[in-house]
Amino acid sequence: MRKTPSSSGLRRAEALAGYMLSLPALILMWAMLLGPAVSVILLSLTDWNFGEASLRWVGLENYGELWADRVFWISLKNTIIYVGISVPATVFLGLLAALLIESVSHGRAFYRAAFFVPVASTLLAMALVWEFMFHPTVGFINQLFGAIGLPTADWLQNPGTALFALIAIGVWQNLGLAMILFMAGLTAIPKDLYEALAMDGADDAWERFRRVTWPMLGPSLVFVVAITAIRSFQVFETVAVLTEGGPSKSTEVLLYTMVQQGFTFLRSSYGAAITVIFLIFTVSLTLLQTVALERRTHYG
Amino acid sequence: MVNRLGLLLRHSVLIIGAAVMLAPFIIMVSISLKPPGEVFAPQFSLLPQQWYVVENYTAAFTRVPLARFILNGFIVTFCIFLMQALTALPMAYALAKLHFRGRETCFALVVLALLIPPQVPAIPLYIALWQLDLLNTYAGIILPSTISVFGIFMMRQFFRTVPNDLIAAARMDGLGEFAIVWRIMLPTALPALAAFACLSFIWNWNEFFWPFLVVQDEALMTPPLGIAFFSNAEAGTSFGPLMAAATAVTAPLVLAFLFAQRAFIEGVTMSGIK
Repeated sequence: MRKTPSSSGLRRAEALAGYMLSLPALILMWAMLLGPAVSVILLSLTDWNFGEASLRWVGLENYGELWADRVFWISLKNTIIYVGISVPATVFLGLLAALLIESVSHGRAFYRAAFFVPVASTLLAMALVWEFMFHPTVGFINQLFGAIGLPTADWLQNPGTALFALIAIGVWQNLGLAMILFMAGLTAIPKDLYEALAMDGADDAWERFRRVTWPMLGPSLVFVVAITAIRSFQVFETVAVLTEGGPSKSTEVLLYTMVQQGFTFLRSSYGAAITVIFLIFTVSLTLLQTVALERRTHYG
Repeated sequence: MVNRLGLLLRHSVLIIGAAVMLAPFIIMVSISLKPPGEVFAPQFSLLPQQWYVVENYTAAFTRVPLARFILNGFIVTFCIFLMQALTALPMAYALAKLHFRGRETCFALVVLALLIPPQVPAIPLYIALWQLDLLNTYAGIILPSTISVFGIFMMRQFFRTVPNDLIAAARMDGLGEFAIVWRIMLPTALPALAAFACLSFIWNWNEFFWPFLVVQDEALMTPPLGIAFFSNAEAGTSFGPLMAAATAVTAPLVLAFLFAQRAFIEGVTMSGIK
């Protein structure tokens, strides 16, 4: 920046200040995030159990054991079903809510707040409310479903429905986040594109959506899908307090299995291997998002 | 005419949607007002016939140390935010405005750290805190969250928009870089910092995963952990007090959200992360 020769001292002072100001954050970042992330990978290559005095390198043995572990595969399958259903549902409903709210002129602030409040609320407390709502006899859901002739069930205690009940809670919690992100994307669409479309004579709502909104919303869509997927992969709280992985492993998900192995059974290295699998999934999602966004930008 | 009908239809869909989104909150408050007999009534009614507010809320605050949980929530979220701001602001300034070798590497590390979900470091951190004898302490709850790479990223993006002239003028006045961070950059960053404070507050107030792993002592429990503990102890019998506790724990967040909606939503829009 500064070209005058006398400023080399100044430049050195600036560099020194840069290091000093970055140092506290860098130390904490290594101690709390990057260091432990590296450690978890190394730990997964050992046979160490919590509290043991010695450890041995075992290479990929833990991963071999995972490969043969029935519970791990159930857990992975459940996590993928959870993500596979809750992501499209959240994204679709979030987009619908955003479009509808943008299309009305009255009550927008109210609708926006109503859809967003679950994002800001304590999931754990709300999970207990949902548990009550899913109650087989006095629960609001069975009362409502019974009244309008839909099937009723003991949603959280039935292996066929428990995972879907948790998905419903997850969608309810994340929908507002998707909506807010879509609304930000919608406001960024230039208004003259709609005007140009009107000049062409095509001005009904569906044409406007198909020819302008949807293509222009591309980057937001990729972003929202990635964020929702990463959040869904982290499902843990509702499982831990409502179902504990049951009934008969029907809600066993990756993080829950990791906590069971790593903290309840104290099998640190095995838990670390599950953590690594979890990390691979979430990092791949982010990479996929980056690739998808770059392709779009080249397109435009 | 068709337009009118369409508008009516859109409002109806939105109102039904809003009702579904708000239903759990309404039911939570409603149950917290009712005596046990009415909670298990076959027909749901919004308001109780016999008001049981005092009994339920007293039970919630006396059967478990709920006030203590809430106090813990404020202590933990405050300490975490303070540490996050103290470390993030200087580094964000350095990354945005200072020239030094390795700056790009530092920024790459921040982006790399953003990729790591908060549950990944759990096992090594647990082992480290166990060796330092910090499990089951405030420090144990707080330490892993003292750094927010998201905060660094967000403040860096903001500081890049601050004009260089402002900093040059401050240097002319003889201010050092350290003073510039706190006396010049901090005041200009207040809106962004407020948005970050909101996010940090909801994330850490609601955080369950980590406190669940490190806290056993009732006196140290944060609100989500305390309420899970309460629910376990009562084993699904006394819904009234449980919903009263849930209301008390959720209230600070919902109120904070309603007061600072703009900052909140802006922050979330900027982030999306985590």
